[in-house]
Amino acid sequence: MANSVEIKHLDLNFGAVNVLKDLNLEIAEGEFLVLLGSSGCGKSTLLNCIAGLLEVSDGQIFIKGNNVTWAEPSDRGIGMVFQSYALYPQMTVRGNLSFGLKNAKFPKAEIEKRIAEAADILQIQPLLDRKPAALSGGQRQRVAIGRALVRDVDVFLFDEPLSNLDAKLRADLRVELKRLHNQLENTMIYVTHDQVEAMTLADRIAIMKGGKIMQLGSPDEIYNRPENIYVADFIGSPSMNFFDGEVVGNHFKGGDLDLPLDGYTFGPGGAVDGKAVIGIRPEHIITGELVAGAPVKLEVPVELVEPMGSDTLVYGTLNGQALRIRMDGQARVSLGDSLPIGIDPSRASLFDKASELRL
Amino acid sequence: MTDATVNALSGPKGPKPKKVFSSTNIIIYGTLFVVCMYYLLPLYVMIVTSLKGMPEIRLGNIFSPPVEVTYEPWVKAWAEACTGINCDGLSRGFWNSVWILIPSVFLSIAIASVNGYALANWKFKGSEVFFTILIFGAFIPYQVMIYPIVILLRESGDGITAFIRIFNSDADNFRLMGSLWGLVIVHTIFGMPILTLLFRNYFTSVPEELFKAARVDGAGFWGIYFRIMLPMSLPIFVVAMILQVTGIWNDFLFGVIYTKPDTYPMTVQLNNIVNSVQGIKEYNVNMAATLLTGLVPLVIYFASGKLFVRGIAAGAVKG
Repeated sequence: MANSVEIKHLDLNFGAVNVLKDLNLEIAEGEFLVLLGSSGCGKSTLLNCIAGLLEVSDGQIFIKGNNVTWAEPSDRGIGMVFQSYALYPQMTVRGNLSFGLKNAKFPKAEIEKRIAEAADILQIQPLLDRKPAALSGGQRQRVAIGRALVRDVDVFLFDEPLSNLDAKLRADLRVELKRLHNQLENTMIYVTHDQVEAMTLADRIAIMKGGKIMQLGSPDEIYNRPENIYVADFIGSPSMNFFDGEVVGNHFKGGDLDLPLDGYTFGPGGAVDGKAVIGIRPEHIITGELVAGAPVKLEVPVELVEPMGSDTLVYGTLNGQALRIRMDGQARVSLGDSLPIGIDPSRASLFDKASELRL
Repeated sequence: MTDATVNALSGPKGPKPKKVFSSTNIIIYGTLFVVCMYYLLPLYVMIVTSLKGMPEIRLGNIFSPPVEVTYEPWVKAWAEACTGINCDGLSRGFWNSVWILIPSVFLSIAIASVNGYALANWKFKGSEVFFTILIFGAFIPYQVMIYPIVILLRESGDGITAFIRIFNSDADNFRLMGSLWGLVIVHTIFGMPILTLLFRNYFTSVPEELFKAARVDGAGFWGIYFRIMLPMSLPIFVVAMILQVTGIWNDFLFGVIYTKPDTYPMTVQLNNIVNSVQGIKEYNVNMAATLLTGLVPLVIYFASGKLFVRGIAAGAVKG
């Protein structure tokens, strides 16, 4: 598949502050890429660079094979959807949709046709003659998407488009966005700090920190095989349990933990003895009747129980550290109980202590 | 047991009653009344005096309403009062002021709004320094700049004359100094710092994403200014208009320095009428002339008081 967007050695400085550092990224045609990271990691900045709203300090940006590093935003074949919707308040929905087309001097009939199509896809026909002030948040965001849609762009850029919506509407619009992507098959680049959005929408996720991409991979890879401790800790809620220890002769040893690593898939470096950190997701800790079949069995005292309806979160103690365990919502656990648990090392993640990289 | 129930029902219920004649209210409204009187009384005296004839004024009861209402002083102030050799009243000054006001207000607002827009949304290298210098201009006392501007107007008038003579060797001298256009230029320049600040602050408060969206939609510098920013910022334009109209109409200093008797604005002419030392002092004519001169700013304030306050507050939020 051809690359839709290509970023080569991108640097961006704000004064003396280095916001993006030698960033390389290739996005395939029709791909849904999510840029995920905590605030200040440079994800929105990167999106603004792709859009041409920020001038890069060094490096190149290609869209559909054209070098657009110096091109105006409107000449790049991109459409952008903003967190605050950014609808022109004095224009009707129709005016908002046609603004870009009028600037590009499209004939009137073509403008009408495209607006009708976009309105049909987004189901906003009844709203066309209203002003943005008379729309709800979800409707406004739909119009904002429509504004990118009518321009028939190659690449859609989303800058946290759902963050201003309430939780239920966010979930609805998320599903709709996914459907829209399946229907249009455009390349989409989506910035968010919400990992649920990232996991559900993305073909690939780029997790960013301090202007660098920490890991780029499918949601499955990011979740099951995080490349470093930062990614492992960032993805998953509640976050992963980490325990210090040592890899000695195909075993991980640390305090009460002694895990055989026969089932663990090592990276290209293979098993190397030395100080290490093991990460175990709360939902990968085996509880209940399944403990009997687990490779490693332990018992932990229960410190705190948080029932959440669908799940129950249990806080135990292991190696003097809090251990988060996600159990079934119907599990009945009381404070002070000694909870039998099982650990499957093949589902855990091992990291080198010094470099924090996956082993 | 039953007693307690009764008490609970008969106790405080509904909105708390307010005392109208509390000591706080008396102090507040008393002070407000005194302050109102302090400002309204001179206005009242001016109005009644302007409606009296001279014999009645000589009686000395300045607070008494006119026994015989006459509009003669108003007519005289407008059309007949003498300043120097001209005896056509304030009317000439009024029209001078109008011809100074319209281009000055239009030009200064047009330039300052584009300045503010560029400084808020199209930051360029050194734009902050440029802005600081512009704001600094607001703090330089006018007196320092009066004479340099006299020279500037004289010299640039000569320059324009020379330029015109390239095409038409018989052309008359073109004068900026002493002409209405010279004063228009001066007002435009002096309005620039404060108006630019006003517009910049307003445009800064417009969400940046709106500006970005318009750029993605292919609108350029002027496209965004005219089609996105202008329609959104009518309130600040009204505020700028009020500031400029009242400021320029009330200006005396520049009017008296940069114009000549033929082109004196209304304020200067008013001064010449009121301060003329020959003959008897016609208090009724003076009062009428003063009221006439003050009418334009008064109307502006009354018609747009709310917008005025709103705009000043809007400009002050972000700095």
